[in-house]
Amino acid sequence: MEGAARADLRPENIRDAVVRLAGNSQDGIQTAGALLARLAGRSDHDVMTYMTIPSTISGGPSIFQVRIGSGEVLSAGDEADFLVAFYQHSYQDHIGFLREGGVLLYDTDQVQPNLDDKRYVYAGIPITGLTIEALGGTAKDKGKNLFVLGLIAAIFHLDVDKLRLLVRERFGGKDESVMNTALLAFQAGYAYPVANLLTTRYRFEVQPRIRDREQVTMDGNQALAYGLIAAGVRYGAGYPITPWSTVMEILRTEFSKYGGLFVQAEDELAAVSLALGFSYAGYLAVTGSAGPGISLKAEAVGWASMAEIPLIVVNVQRGGPSTGLPTNVEQSDLYQAIFGGHGDSPRVVLAPSTVEDCFYIALEAARIARKYSTPVFILSDGSLATRIEAFNEPDLKSLMQDPKPDLSPRTNGYKPYPLDQITHHAPPGSRMMEGKYPVVTGLEHDEMGHPTGRPSLHLAMTAKRRRKLQDLAKETPLPKVFGESEGDTLVVGWGSTYGPIREAVERARGLGKRISALHLRHLHPLPEGLASIFDRFADIAVVEMNDQGVYGFGQLATVLRARYCNPKIRSVTKTDGLTFRVKEVLEGVIR
Amino acid sequence: MSEVSVPLPEREKLTKKALTADHPTWCPGCGDFAVLAAFYKMLEKRQLPHENIVTLAGIGCSSRFPYFMNTHGAHFIHGRAVPLASGVSLARPDLHIFLFGGDGDGFSIGGNHLDHGARKNIRMTYVIMDNFVYGLTKKQTSPTSPIGYRSKTDPTGVIDHPVNPIKKLIAAGATFVARTHATQINHMIQIMERAMDHDGFSVVECLSECIEFYPGAFDAGNPRKGGEFKVIDEKKWDDTPEDESRHDVTNEIAAYQLADIPFPGLFGVFYETDRPTKNALEKKWVEATRSKLGEPSDLELLQNTFDRMK
Repeated sequence: MEGAARADLRPENIRDAVVRLAGNSQDGIQTAGALLARLAGRSDHDVMTYMTIPSTISGGPSIFQVRIGSGEVLSAGDEADFLVAFYQHSYQDHIGFLREGGVLLYDTDQVQPNLDDKRYVYAGIPITGLTIEALGGTAKDKGKNLFVLGLIAAIFHLDVDKLRLLVRERFGGKDESVMNTALLAFQAGYAYPVANLLTTRYRFEVQPRIRDREQVTMDGNQALAYGLIAAGVRYGAGYPITPWSTVMEILRTEFSKYGGLFVQAEDELAAVSLALGFSYAGYLAVTGSAGPGISLKAEAVGWASMAEIPLIVVNVQRGGPSTGLPTNVEQSDLYQAIFGGHGDSPRVVLAPSTVEDCFYIALEAARIARKYSTPVFILSDGSLATRIEAFNEPDLKSLMQDPKPDLSPRTNGYKPYPLDQITHHAPPGSRMMEGKYPVVTGLEHDEMGHPTGRPSLHLAMTAKRRRKLQDLAKETPLPKVFGESEGDTLVVGWGSTYGPIREAVERARGLGKRISALHLRHLHPLPEGLASIFDRFADIAVVEMNDQGVYGFGQLATVLRARYCNPKIRSVTKTDGLTFRVKEVLEGVIR
Repeated sequence: MSEVSVPLPEREKLTKKALTADHPTWCPGCGDFAVLAAFYKMLEKRQLPHENIVTLAGIGCSSRFPYFMNTHGAHFIHGRAVPLASGVSLARPDLHIFLFGGDGDGFSIGGNHLDHGARKNIRMTYVIMDNFVYGLTKKQTSPTSPIGYRSKTDPTGVIDHPVNPIKKLIAAGATFVARTHATQINHMIQIMERAMDHDGFSVVECLSECIEFYPGAFDAGNPRKGGEFKVIDEKKWDDTPEDESRHDVTNEIAAYQLADIPFPGLFGVFYETDRPTKNALEKKWVEATRSKLGEPSDLELLQNTFDRMK
């Protein structure tokens, strides 16, 4: 029957499609989009999503964009191939993102498009009415999201059985009527005779399976949380703030399964202090927030530097300063992470480049925190936090770290702060066989932890704390240059701009430009040897989502210029609260 | 954890000598010396495993305490010692957590943490050495400075209503609230010991004179200075007629009324109740969760989670 309904659709193989769902936040378009992303992941496609959620409590325009491809998908796409408009405002606000020749799927009960505009293909469907009809009217128009999912499944010839299974998994926890309603709505959308409106049905090219591992599909905050678990982190504390909150929600539930604990603290200061209590007790701990909350934690992080307590501080960055743009993205907390302490307070700063990297960066942060007994910042951001990607399942068996504290008795002249070695504290509960018990402290101290204001000791201890970062810089591998190792322009990026930069550079190289890219995960300390990479390019363009500042340079550009005194380093910045589009990167870097 | 091949030597008796570290930096005559001495005595009496005693503090004169104790310890930042101690307490049920601090640390900059530590009933013993003044920074008004006290920040006399520590603690939900006086060594030991034995968030306000900036502040509670050290007469539950009028420490309203008696007020235990600690409640949740999952290994757990994301 299904075949008959679509017999007249002309099949077309595609490599890549960008679908933008535009509606209001309560319509569940995130749910529909996430199901689509997970299906793509399960079908061995590459997938990336992008969403905006209003900061209002309920309602307000919201989008979810899914890009599904057969090759490597690096960004969520500048333009949409398909736009699904639930409302008139959705149509008006987003029609500009639809490429010429793209398809507008719209709800004829809500939207009246300008059909005279011949740049687009129009497919009007009474989505609201058909959903209500399918569900018997009691559910009002709840279920439109799944109706649309059914439509998309039909248009793209998606694996419907897998999709139904995903819907069951998604709604399985609720009562059966909810799941049945969801499946009913999905089925109604899937059975809709799209052939009456469209002449083509699309099918993603099946690429030969190149992956040796199965794919997992999740968002960046999930990847970060599970990375922390793999890294042996079992304790933490936080306070709710967008877009960090979902990390703490996951950890609150997950840590308990592993016999650990995540505490929702009364405020940010208590959260970082609790985390330091866990770390002092022998369990490397995590706290996190977004920029404003990190400001509140700053004093305690200074203590962690001085007392040399390992700690992971996650900052899921948003637009700032102050309350700023809570649900938008920005990379404007780099200075805060590197320099946001009082006194000379060395700390390590890392940034994940993709959702997958959110998982691995957590492992790297934990490794560094333990090895160097120091606070480590992870700078994620609002786009990584909510974006869904499919990636190769990590080899957990080889990655899992042991969370247990070392409570072995300490002998041989144990000193908490030896000048000639890296500090490794003896957690409480460790017997001190020579009878001297250590105090960890925020006062400047001697090797035994006794407070002292002796000039020679402050000098020596400041150097001891700083040397840890110098040692780390030496052992940090140089990032690989994407493209030729020399050329006209090197595009330098950090964090979530990885995808758009890569795609832009690929495109520019395709046009014959001598351009390469370098992405930094270790932002402080910088790995040794970057200067030699910079030397081989005539122009170094640092792309980042923050302001150009008083002197015309973004935050990483300023740090790099200060570090390398290299006048070739210039800056490409923007502060519209949205992720970089490939086109914007190209415009900025190509001269 | 590294394995120990040779048997560890027998534990020696925990003496004052073994517990003593740096010589206190307090001014001669400071009340805090007596608090330290009482703490040594209490620990000598109880003979806890040395390595399981943890002494923590924030910032202030009294918060120097960890340096003078030869135990595991941490000297943290101003006002945040309660959440630090909460982390240690919640992660490590094997440890005895003692927290020392002053009135500024506990009732002013750390006031919010005191409330939430009390509300959540996190297991620790917190001795607040209250001297009614900021001593370390040299004579500014503290949250407990009485109206009229002349400090450097209120040169014509304090005008802000002071905190009543006992009422604040009871209202916040602390499950053990007591008050003592640094000149009454036996009372201090007795109260600290009861606080330590209380399974929950136990707080002792200890009036401890600042000889430098507020001398004589607590003479009214010191018989040797002509004052009166009035101890709360607790119910003995002996069915005698005189027991009728004694204080029931589980009676929150009565405790609140006793806390309202004008300075120097009463000393002893105002309030004590059994309420499950956060430590116990979290443990119960963890155990229930893990038993429902069938006690899987960490690797199995994470693998199962990832399998669901395929």
